[in-house]
Amino acid sequence: MTYEGMLAETVAFRGHDGDVGEAYYARPLGAGPWPGVVLIHHMPGWDWWIKEATRTLAYHGFATISPHLYFREGPGSPDDVGARVRAAGGVADAQVIGDVAGAMEYLRAQPYANGKVGVIGFCSGGRHTYLVACSLVGVDAAVDCWGGNVIVDDPKLLNAKRPVAPIDLTEKLRCPLLGLFGNDDENPNRDQVNRTEAVLKKLGKTFEFHRYDGAGHAFFNAARPAYRPEQALDGWNKVFAFFQKHLATAAAARAA
Amino acid sequence: MCSYIVEKAKLMGSAKGPNGWMRIDTANVYYDHPFHAPLDHALGIDFINEAEGGRERVAVELSAESARRLVDKILAALASGEIEHGRAAHVASVAAE
Repeated sequence: MTYEGMLAETVAFRGHDGDVGEAYYARPLGAGPWPGVVLIHHMPGWDWWIKEATRTLAYHGFATISPHLYFREGPGSPDDVGARVRAAGGVADAQVIGDVAGAMEYLRAQPYANGKVGVIGFCSGGRHTYLVACSLVGVDAAVDCWGGNVIVDDPKLLNAKRPVAPIDLTEKLRCPLLGLFGNDDENPNRDQVNRTEAVLKKLGKTFEFHRYDGAGHAFFNAARPAYRPEQALDGWNKVFAFFQKHLATAAAARAA
Repeated sequence: MCSYIVEKAKLMGSAKGPNGWMRIDTANVYYDHPFHAPLDHALGIDFINEAEGGRERVAVELSAESARRLVDKILAALASGEIEHGRAAHVASVAAE
């Protein structure tokens, strides 16, 4: 019998400006070493599905932390806190980058860590992932799941909180990037995905994009009508393979 | 898509939430991914008291179709109610004379 176990819990982490916030953290039990992943939640916030996705990555051998990017608006339930953030126009990109950097430090400080850290994000978290991968040193692999507004066609969408279109930072992308997109999505739409791909190609970046027919936005999310089980299963398998390739050390691969 | 687009409606009234009744002065209205409703997008309304910080809310998440139906029914209730109460007020004033 092979022992299998996981620990999933709320932990405290130090984020942007040294602020201490909450994060959901799931890791495989055992000595490891385990690669780490920071999972960036979508706009509605720190909900059931985000925690489920965090546990899914842990099940596949990745110590995964999902920082609650809205913790400064607490206390309160994640949905109420998310509503306050929405009313305030969202969170600032610089703050998100600082929080993800803090979550990466948390992962690397664990005794069972293998030292590699990836980042994955969904929806607005996909955009944040692109931004983080172009902004932080130490990201070993990044997965953008249908991040909208990586390309900003309407300059009115840029403001003090989101001053730069992530696509304009592509030159600084320092790690391999995996992108998953639904062909029926409207943000990002097919044209925007194609244009992002063209910029990555032109700049010689290491990336792979996968597009799914019959799927729109958020097709992994089993809590919504957008869920597409076949495409989601294939997409998840691509995520696991990508992280395994870029984050696992030989010992971690054996442990997983 | 995830957006941060919120329409703010100033209003006067009260709403009842988990902590009882509260005065409200604003409705934040948006159409985006819901937190609870099993929909890809929902019309969300958060009734808050912005003057007191807006931290408490009474919230709904509605399908686009049901939100439009609700708008129609609000207008219909206002129209019929104002006619009825207008008539009642007229009858009461005649009786008082």
